[in-house]
Amino acid sequence: MATLELTIEQDASALPARRGRRLGPLFWFAIGWMTLMFAVAIFADVLPLPSPTDMDMLERRAPFSMEHWLGTDGLGRDELARLIYGARISLVVGICAPVIGLSIGGALGMLAGYFRGRFESLVVGSMDVLLAFPPLILALAVTAFLGQSIFYLTCILGVLGVPAFMRVARASTLTLARREFVIAAQALGATHSRILLRELLPNVLLPLLAFFLLGVAVTIVVEGALSFLGLGVPPPISSWGSMIGEGRESLEVAPRLAFLPAIAMFLTVLSFNLVGDTLRALTDPRQGAL
Amino acid sequence: MTDTLLSVENVAVELPTPRGNLRAVDHVNLTVGAGRTLGVVGESGCGKTMLSRAILQLLPKKAKLSGRVMFDGLDLVQLSPEKLRKLRGRSLAVVFQDPMTSLNPVLTIGTQLIETLQEHLELDQAAATRRSVELLAAVGIPAPEQRLKQYPHQLSGGMRQRVAIAIALSCEPKLLIADEPTTALDVTIQAQILDLLAREQRRRHMAMILITHDLGVVAGRTDEVAVMYAGRVVERAPTPALFKKMRMPYTEALLAALPRIDAAPHTPLPAISGRPPDPTRPLKGCSFSPRCRYAVARCHSEKPDLAQAGTAEHQYACFHPIENHADASA
Amino acid sequence: MLFFVARRLLYLIPVLIAVSLLTFFIASLLPGDLAYVILGDQATPEKVAALRHDMGLDQPIWIRYFGWLWNILQGDFGRSFRTGQTVLQAVTERFPVSFELMILAEIVGLAIGVPLAIVCAARSGGAFDRFMTGSAFAMLSLPAFLSAILLIYFFAVELRWLPATGYVPFAEDPGANLRFMVLPALTLALAEWPGIMRVLRSDMIATLQEDYIALAKAKGLKASRILFVHALKPSSLTLVTITGINIGRLIGGTVIVETIFALPGIGRLLVGAIYTRDLIILQGVVLLVAAGFVLMNFIVDLLYAVLDPRIRHGHA
Repeated sequence: MATLELTIEQDASALPARRGRRLGPLFWFAIGWMTLMFAVAIFADVLPLPSPTDMDMLERRAPFSMEHWLGTDGLGRDELARLIYGARISLVVGICAPVIGLSIGGALGMLAGYFRGRFESLVVGSMDVLLAFPPLILALAVTAFLGQSIFYLTCILGVLGVPAFMRVARASTLTLARREFVIAAQALGATHSRILLRELLPNVLLPLLAFFLLGVAVTIVVEGALSFLGLGVPPPISSWGSMIGEGRESLEVAPRLAFLPAIAMFLTVLSFNLVGDTLRALTDPRQGAL
Repeated sequence: MTDTLLSVENVAVELPTPRGNLRAVDHVNLTVGAGRTLGVVGESGCGKTMLSRAILQLLPKKAKLSGRVMFDGLDLVQLSPEKLRKLRGRSLAVVFQDPMTSLNPVLTIGTQLIETLQEHLELDQAAATRRSVELLAAVGIPAPEQRLKQYPHQLSGGMRQRVAIAIALSCEPKLLIADEPTTALDVTIQAQILDLLAREQRRRHMAMILITHDLGVVAGRTDEVAVMYAGRVVERAPTPALFKKMRMPYTEALLAALPRIDAAPHTPLPAISGRPPDPTRPLKGCSFSPRCRYAVARCHSEKPDLAQAGTAEHQYACFHPIENHADASA
Repeated sequence: MLFFVARRLLYLIPVLIAVSLLTFFIASLLPGDLAYVILGDQATPEKVAALRHDMGLDQPIWIRYFGWLWNILQGDFGRSFRTGQTVLQAVTERFPVSFELMILAEIVGLAIGVPLAIVCAARSGGAFDRFMTGSAFAMLSLPAFLSAILLIYFFAVELRWLPATGYVPFAEDPGANLRFMVLPALTLALAEWPGIMRVLRSDMIATLQEDYIALAKAKGLKASRILFVHALKPSSLTLVTITGINIGRLIGGTVIVETIFALPGIGRLLVGAIYTRDLIILQGVVLLVAAGFVLMNFIVDLLYAVLDPRIRHGHA
């Protein structure tokens, strides 16, 4: 038998991965719009706006004017002010609910992916059960019976998001927990909590953050849908969803009453989706788009 | 001398990559006569597969092709897509390396055979089915009627390649390009497949290009051999002349790297030291010079062109060729 | 193959049990005394107590749960105290409406998404592809109720081509039925097609890079045949999976559309039950919908195994 001697030198440097995604103008527009929405939501009280609740029965469904930049709604309230205060509500629910999902789901996912075994099966199984319910129906049922309040709404939407965050956190943890730096830490005698918090969490956080932004987009939509049906935020508080629902009745005479909040919601959801998706492509090369 | 069926004239293929422009095929000239077999030999990455894709006009979208490919009087590079499509499968056929990936896994063997026949020969279903059975029998597949309904994964590797050959031969092509047809197969099957190809080629007076990295494959089965290195043809000769009177040190090294049946056990194979050059950074001199044991100063600074050796049929590109080399047949 | 089915079935049962548990406990732990609600303004403490005793509401929760479950397994989902209908009657009455909506929505979604995906995959990277991919992304940010408003405005209000609300059963008048279903189905389809297009496109782009496509081209086959027979078929598995998942998701997703367009489907039954605090209907419908959802996923899993010839012959 002849033997083959190989004299191949090692390839010195690996090619650095090239991030093909450039942050184009759309991305920056999205960032800009998100900033604008946050700004007006936070500073709504100090902006020179008419009150969103003052009804002017003589000026109902008024068109654009100097006094009311975007006109008035069916009860004579200033549309621009309502849009801005609606932004506040939509964003508050939109951000807080995924925060719940992120913290609970993220924690569960990390623990499940790290400890494996029966705990993991239990967690995954219960998430599957939660996922077996059409989310909208569950949200409807719970808010209807618990009574409408922003608090309950945020809680149920947050809980509905837990399975998704759990999956993301678990998937990340599963791949990371086998890497050398974790094994090294274990060999050095680090405790579980130290490994979880110092080694795993910073790495799992990035994909979770990207997913969080997508979660905000989804939550704004779901809250919008519920409020549209009158089963979301309780009146007299109004979010974009309830404004659209009210505007629906005036479609024949004043379509802008439905379209203005619709455009605001669409642009906001689109922005969160864009930024979240870009972030996801940057932090998770495995799932990056073509 | 037979007519030239295929003439590859000054063909170059460039691919843009993040690291720079990659010259996969560097001004290659080749001819294949009707009914003749040309062997193209080279290491992985020498450009032989790109060359075959260039001939078929099946290069990736980003690739830039220059030069002419004259087939049967037509320049394939300039041909319209529709005319090209009519040629392919009909006059120009190809067998790829790995039949597991080159046959569609979700379509039956029958479908893949019949569709070619129906497209080019316009046979009806019954006639195409009959012809398919004949073809499968001709390539040595037992129980051909049953095979038509089977899927590729139900056949062994050797049988799959026979099917691929049957597909290629189905419309009586004038030229068959076999791109490493046996590399993915067991050694025991390799000889069978190569014999099959040679037999069919003789029977149909078909021209064939046999692409391989193994010099042993072309010995005795080809009329002419072209040796490629780093995108260029570095030696070209009628097969016996190549083996007996090779000029390029690279060819000599390739031959020496073949295991010999009469060698003593545990004889180390003299592998060629070094690696193939980085195609994105072409060398000033001869591409093989860093690894060539006969290299002199001139080899590193100038690129040799193809020069003649004795007869016009034997060409090589070297400043320091091997003269009067003793017998080195495989 | 049989082991595969048996294993999946075994997994199904605990999920269904857990679903029933969750449904029951959420419904019963929520505040609001059912007996009180039923009696309304005729409620006196004695009547409430008596009714509670009659309905077995004063028993411990576990007993109530198993009683409910036992009835369910016998096919008795309970009876609405508002309408007097049994849950099953109400559901079977309304199911065809929701079902028709789901199927139409999915068909239209496929009709839009599949051709677009094929064209985009065939010319990937080109102007049309980039435009369509961008549009699909934007559409994903446009939820069903917003599309509904848009469609209603343009087709019902401005152009007056189609009605905004209403329903006629198919058996009664197919033409009118379809007229009423166009806008609702289109609304849902607009939310469906981006997902379908993206997934199929990505799958086909990967398929188009396979060697067997290169060979198909080298055989001189027509481009249409290569796309539709050689490339679409391997990708069709993904398509079937996606369609199955979508239809499953639509089971609960027709709520908004049914409410907006006033279609008497299951979604609207549910919303109605919520408004009227009809707990029995609520419990029964949520259980049925969730169970249907789980079952749908199970069928999709099976279908996938059946369709891939490699799995069928034991070569995965």
